[in-house]
Amino acid sequence: MIEVENLTVRFGPRSPLVVKGVGFSVPRGTAFGLVGESGCGKSTVLRAISGLNRNCGGRISLDGQPLEPSRSRSFFRSVQMVFQDPYGSLHPRKTVRSQLIEPLRNQNLPINAHVVEDVLKAVGLDPGLGYRFPHQLSGGQRQRVAIARALILDPPVLLLDEPTSALDVSVQAEILNLLADLQKERGLTYLLVSHDMAVIAHLCSRVAIMSAGEIVEETGIDQIRSGAVEHPYSRRLLSASHAYGKQEQRSIEELISF
Amino acid sequence: MTEPLIDIRNMEISFADGYVKAVRGVSFQLGREKLGIVGESGSGKSTVGRAIMRLLPSSSRTTADRMTFHDIDLLRADEKQMMDIRGRRIGLILQDPKYSLNPVMRVGEQIAETYRLHYPQAGRKAAEKKVLEMLEAVRIRDPQRVARLYPHEVSGGMGQRIMIAMMLIAEPEVLIADEPTSALDVTVRLDVLALLDELIARRNLGLIFISHDLNLIRKFCDRVLIMYAGRIVEVLKASDLDSARHPYTQGLLASLPSIENPPSRLPTLTRDPSWLTQPTIGI
Repeated sequence: MIEVENLTVRFGPRSPLVVKGVGFSVPRGTAFGLVGESGCGKSTVLRAISGLNRNCGGRISLDGQPLEPSRSRSFFRSVQMVFQDPYGSLHPRKTVRSQLIEPLRNQNLPINAHVVEDVLKAVGLDPGLGYRFPHQLSGGQRQRVAIARALILDPPVLLLDEPTSALDVSVQAEILNLLADLQKERGLTYLLVSHDMAVIAHLCSRVAIMSAGEIVEETGIDQIRSGAVEHPYSRRLLSASHAYGKQEQRSIEELISF
Repeated sequence: MTEPLIDIRNMEISFADGYVKAVRGVSFQLGREKLGIVGESGSGKSTVGRAIMRLLPSSSRTTADRMTFHDIDLLRADEKQMMDIRGRRIGLILQDPKYSLNPVMRVGEQIAETYRLHYPQAGRKAAEKKVLEMLEAVRIRDPQRVARLYPHEVSGGMGQRIMIAMMLIAEPEVLIADEPTSALDVTVRLDVLALLDELIARRNLGLIFISHDLNLIRKFCDRVLIMYAGRIVEVLKASDLDSARHPYTQGLLASLPSIENPPSRLPTLTRDPSWLTQPTIGI
């Protein structure tokens, strides 16, 4: 569904590469995770795919079709993005309803009331919330609205940039469940970026581990679960994420050795 | 418990002329231990930390049957007494070093400023020496060079170490750390925690560790207070977190995704209105 070959990104004509030849492919209907520390370039890859950064080299193709540097309008009917912070990605002075209608208007699609109602229900919100402003919603509700806005065009692909890191664990659980349900119901293809290995492990079947602008290892989720990763960086990242988890009973002193 | 460092009984904090009750009837004592406060955003955990330092805006109202640090009544202390306590006797570490350091001042000067504020008799040379010692204590490899950097030139993990150095240079007895590692990557987070742990043990401090991260608290603290909607709903030893009895604590633990054996659906919390009135479990 999504194929990325030798993607390079830099933020200026003479500045160094921040993404150094990244490649992976995501089959239709699967969820692919990109994991790494802040600054490793994982969000940059996502922004390059969505067309938000045109300063990139390499090939990105969608459904076998190579993409032009400037994305066509129809591209956005197939690919939509959900950002980390719903407070930043929703317009503060527009009602939920008018923000949900906007993608339809951009695409010259018919606007009728039941489309908005349906999508709100699909993300588990009461349709009556359509008349509220973002500040009148809780963090979890806002993220649901951001997901609804991405879904209203019924795209086959969603790009998810840290969709739960601004949320409490209890709310994160609700959103992760919602994303898992939507994927099952609609056969969506996800490309999920996160710094949290457990979030990736919950949703994705394949994972690429990024460090300093490169993919150091791509592996299946079972290898992640059993800890069978090969690259030293992946091992370090995984053990740091584990050390922190429930199963391990090591003390802080032992963790210093990382 | 021996003589507590901080003793709080029935603390109530409200904003907006009493319309918003942020903290309701919170009581706890802090000895020379690592006490964690966990809860979701808006549960009032940071408000408690700030109230101890008397850093809440003047529009807020704090009342308590007792709120003392040693034998100083924190509710009645005047601003001069509070200035002596803040930083010098109780230190506060905030979440994000990017926002809590002064961007136009070299980090070494900022640390020295703290030191000279609390020890006015110390000269420039003495302060400088102390700063380098402190940077070394927080395991910064090249203190001479780092002291001359500006905050934007250091990484997140190093920034947080600098914050810790700045807080510990005045040698406080109590440290309040409000989400000290939430802005850091997992790999860096462990380093900073290990460092904090070592410094606290060596100096025999009391620590209040405020976090939304249960796994972190479980690893790091001796005792945990669980806060929900401004109240402490459960108190327990950090090592006993798995046998928590309150449904809210159990719910928080269950909603964490796991790497090894993820459930097909994550259990989510159903909030029960009775949690707002039930007495605290586990005192």
